[in-house]
Amino acid sequence: MPSCKPVLLEAVGVPDGHTLASYRSRGGYAPVEKLLPEKQPADVVEMVKASGLRGRGGAGFSTGLKWTFLPKDHPGPIYLCINADESEPGTFNNRILMEDDPHQVLEGIILSAFATRASTAYIYLRYEYPRSWHRLQAAIDEAYAAGLLGKNITGSGFSLDVYLHRGAAAYICGEETGLIESLEGKRAWPRIKPPFPAIEGLFRKPTVVNNIETMACVAQIARRGVDWFKSIGVPADPNNPRDPGSYGPKLYCLSGHVERPGCYEAPLGITARQLIEEFGGGVWKGRKAKAVIPGGISMGLMTEAELDTPLDFAGPGKVGCLGLGTAAVVVIDETVSIVDFLHNSCRFFAHESCGQCTPCREGTSWSLRMLERIKAGKGRLKDLDLLAEIGATMGMMPGSTICGLADGAAWPIKNAIKKFRGEFEDYIKQTNPHGWMVTDPVPALQIVGAH
Amino acid sequence: MPTVIVDGKEIEIGADERLNCIEAARRAGKEIPHYCWHPGLSVVASCRMCLIETGQRDTATGKVTMMPKLVPGCQTPVKDGTVIVTESQLVKDSRARVEEALLIDHPIDCPICDKAGECLLQDYHFQHGQAERRADLHPFTSRRRDVGPTVTLFVDRCIMCTRCVRFTREVSGTAELMVTSRGAKEEIDVFPGHPLDNKLSGNVVDLCPVGALGDKDFLYQQRVWFMKREANVCGGCSAGCSIHTEHNQDTVYRLKPRENPHVNTWWICDDGRYGWHHIHDAARLVGATRAASTGGRGTPAFDDVEWHDVAQRLRDDLRAVGRLAVAVSPMLTVEEAWMLCAVARSIDPEAFLAVGHVPREGDDQTFPGGFTIRAEKCPNRRGVEAVVALFDPAVPGWEALVEHVRQGRADAAWVTAAYPGAWIDDDTAAAFGDLKCLVVQDLFDSPLARLATWRLPAAGFAERAGTWVNVGHRAQCFEQAVRPPAGVWPEGRLSWNMLGRRGLYDPAAVRRQIAESSAVFAALAGDVPATGIDLRIGQLA
Repeated sequence: MPSCKPVLLEAVGVPDGHTLASYRSRGGYAPVEKLLPEKQPADVVEMVKASGLRGRGGAGFSTGLKWTFLPKDHPGPIYLCINADESEPGTFNNRILMEDDPHQVLEGIILSAFATRASTAYIYLRYEYPRSWHRLQAAIDEAYAAGLLGKNITGSGFSLDVYLHRGAAAYICGEETGLIESLEGKRAWPRIKPPFPAIEGLFRKPTVVNNIETMACVAQIARRGVDWFKSIGVPADPNNPRDPGSYGPKLYCLSGHVERPGCYEAPLGITARQLIEEFGGGVWKGRKAKAVIPGGISMGLMTEAELDTPLDFAGPGKVGCLGLGTAAVVVIDETVSIVDFLHNSCRFFAHESCGQCTPCREGTSWSLRMLERIKAGKGRLKDLDLLAEIGATMGMMPGSTICGLADGAAWPIKNAIKKFRGEFEDYIKQTNPHGWMVTDPVPALQIVGAH
Repeated sequence: MPTVIVDGKEIEIGADERLNCIEAARRAGKEIPHYCWHPGLSVVASCRMCLIETGQRDTATGKVTMMPKLVPGCQTPVKDGTVIVTESQLVKDSRARVEEALLIDHPIDCPICDKAGECLLQDYHFQHGQAERRADLHPFTSRRRDVGPTVTLFVDRCIMCTRCVRFTREVSGTAELMVTSRGAKEEIDVFPGHPLDNKLSGNVVDLCPVGALGDKDFLYQQRVWFMKREANVCGGCSAGCSIHTEHNQDTVYRLKPRENPHVNTWWICDDGRYGWHHIHDAARLVGATRAASTGGRGTPAFDDVEWHDVAQRLRDDLRAVGRLAVAVSPMLTVEEAWMLCAVARSIDPEAFLAVGHVPREGDDQTFPGGFTIRAEKCPNRRGVEAVVALFDPAVPGWEALVEHVRQGRADAAWVTAAYPGAWIDDDTAAAFGDLKCLVVQDLFDSPLARLATWRLPAAGFAERAGTWVNVGHRAQCFEQAVRPPAGVWPEGRLSWNMLGRRGLYDPAAVRRQIAESSAVFAALAGDVPATGIDLRIGQLA
C-alpha cells in the first residue's frame, strides 16, 4: 500500500464515522462556520475556481467555471442538484462517501449552495442504495437539528433546505438533464441543449448539477485550502491549451479480476498499472490483465500495453478511450473472451438507452442483437464492420444524439473492435466455419431462435 | 435583412422572423426530411432525420466557419450569415443510417397499411434510404392496440417521434398518450382506463408520419392514391376550419385539416372530421316534389316535378299567393344567399327576408393549444347576415320570421335549411300550417317538410361551391368537392335558373357581382387566397 494518507475517505473504518460528532472531531463544519458569515458567495466561487477542481461525475468540467455560468443578479430561485444516481457499472465511490461520511458531502453542499446562491438543494439518489438513503437522511436530520441546515445557518443569514430524492433505478437519470426531468416528475428524457441547466434547468430555473464526490472535494478545499488541493495531481500540459490540469485526490473504484478490489483514494494521475499493483495487489491468481476499463464501462478499453497511461482527465483519451469517466477501473484478465465482454456491455446499453433519439435507441439494440447472433455461432466478418460503423456514428460527438449515453455505448464497441479485432475474427471463424465470410443480408428465418 | 445561405444559395429572411433551419431551407426550395418536428408542437430533436451541417459566415471577412459535427435542423435557429448544407455526403450518410435504424423494428407491412402512399417513412426511404437492408430481419409482428374510440394503434409501425404524445399534452391538453418502456422496447400507450377520448383526437392520426395511428373511421375504406382532394371549408361550426375533402367517385372518405394560420392552424375537431357522413345518408331528400293537389297539403302524397320545370312552376305558385317570407339558411354560401334574396324580391318586392335558424350547442370550447370549437353549429351566419342586411338593414332572425308567419303577415314562405340533423320541432312547424304555399329546401324529412307544398332537396356541405364567412369575419371560397346525388340541385343552381341566368351556375361570377355592389363584400372582388380573406380589411380601405 502506498503511503498516501486518505482525505476524502478519512472516515472509512472510523467507528461511527458517519455521525455529526465524529465529523466535527475531524475538523468538519469549521469552514462553514467560518466562511459563511465572513465571505461572499463570489469568494467561494473564486476559491473553487482557483483550486482547479474538475467535476468528478465523469465529464471533468471545471466546477468553479460551471458555477459562473449562472445568470448574474438572478431574482431566484436557483437550484443545486446533487447527482448521486451512481449507475455507471463498476462505480461505487459516491456510495462509500454517502455511507461512511455523509456530513462531508453535506458540508460541500452547504458551501456550494452558498457559492451559487441556491436556497434549495436536491440530492438525486440512486434507488439501489438503501443504506446511503438512511445514512444521508439521518445526516440531514442531524444537520437541521444542529442549525447547519434550514434558516439562517450558523447566524450567517444564509438559508438552505436539502431534499433527498430517491430515483427509480434508471441509468439515464445520471445524465444531468435527464436527472432534472426526473426530479420534475417526468420521464427522464434528456433535454436538448442549449439552454444549458445553468440558464434554464430544474423547474425552468437556473440550476447547477454536481456530483457527490465533487461536493466532498469542495468541503476539503474549504478546510485544507487551495494550495493543498493543487499540490496533488497533474498540472496542466503546457503544450495543450485546452488542458486545465487534473488536481486533487480522486477515488478510484477498483474491481474485476484483482486481488483486493475496493475504493481507493489516490492522487489524480496514478497509472492504471500502479493502481492495480499497489492498491489492488495485482491481477488475481497471478494472471495477466487482458484489458482494463479506465473509468466505467462507457469509457472504453485499455489494453495491457496501455496500462501505464496516467488516470487523469487527459490520460485515457490519449489511448483512444472516451475519458477518465468515474474512474471506475475494472480489470479483465486473460481468460475472458472480449466477445463476452462486448456482449455484456451492449446488453447494458440496449437496456438503459432511454429511447429518445433514433440512432441510440436502434443502434444499441441492433448491436446487441448482432452480438447475440455472433455468440450463437452465426457471426460474419461483415458484422464487425457494421459494429464499427455503429460505434463511429452513434453519439453526441458525431452529433447524432441529444445526450452522451450513446457515446458511452459506442466507445466499448469502438475500442473493442479496434483493439481486439483479431480475437473477434478468430471467434467468428471458429464458431461459424461455414458462414463467416458471407456478406449477404441475413435472411429473416435463419435468426429465429438464435437468441 | 438577415441572409441565410442554403447550399450556396443566399436567401433573405425577415428581420424579426424566428426560423429554424428546416423552415429557412424550405424558403430556398430545399426540403430537409424530418419526422418529430412539427411547427405546431414543441421541439424535441429526437428523430435525428433532419441532421445537417451548419456554419457561420463572418460578416466582415466573408469567411465561413463550419460546425465540426452534425446538428438537428429543427433545433437550430438561423440568423444572419448562417450557412446550411443539406446535401453533403456526411448528411446523406446520416439520413441513410437513421432511415435504416427506423426500419430495423418496423414490420414493413406496407401492403396492408393504410398509410401506404402518404407515409413519410416510405417517401424518405426512397429519397434517402439505402437499397440493401443490412440489419438482421425481425419476424413480422404488427400488434394492434385500441387506444380510444376514434384511433387504433399499430404498435410496431411506430417510429417514436412522439408527435401524438406532445399533441395531447400541448394542444388538446388531455395528455392521454404516453411512452412506456425504454429503449427499443418503447411503445406508445394510454393509461389503463383513460383512453384517447377528446374532441381533437383525430389529429394524432394526421400527425403520425407513419402508419402507427389509424383512424377507425377511415381504416381499410380506401387506398389513399385512389382519392382526390379538394380544398374545402368545414361546415360543422362557425369556426370555418380549412379542410381537404378527400373523395373518390363522388364519395367522401375522409376530411383532413388544411393548414391555415388565420383559422385552424393545423388542426380540426372530431365533430368536423367525422361530421360528413350525413351527406351519404340514404334518407336524404332526393328529387323535386310538389304536393299532389292544392288542397293536398299535409298529406303524404307528393308528385315528382321535372327539375327543369321547377323554376317556372315555383315562381308561378309563389307569385299567385302573394306576400312572401323567406328564411335564408346560414348553411348556404354567400352567393346562394344573395341569389335567393334576389329571387324572393323578384317574386315579391316586399318579401320578408330573414336569417334562417342558427343551431347552437352548449358553449364555445377552447383547448389549451388555442383551438376553439364554436357553439354555433353553422358555417355562415356572418355571411348570410351581411347578405340579408343588403336587402333589409334590420336583419330579422329566424324567431322574427316564425312570429311574422304566426301573425299571418305572410301568405307564402320559403324555408331553406340544409342542416345535417333534426332542427325544428312540431310546435314551430305548426306556425307554418296555415300558409297558402310553403317551400322547404332541406337535406332530410322534418315536421316542416311534411307540411310543405314544395319539398326540395338541399345540397350537403361538400356539394356546394361558394363563400362562407366564419365567426372571425374571414371569407373563404371553395369549389364543389363531390357532385350531389342524382335528383338534387344545389340551392345555388335553382336560384341561378330562377333568376333566368344563362349557362351553368357560376359562383365566381355571382361573387364578383356581390363584391362590386356592396362595400361589405368588396374584399372578394379579386382573387381570394386559399387561406381566405378578412372582410373587414375591405371595409377599412
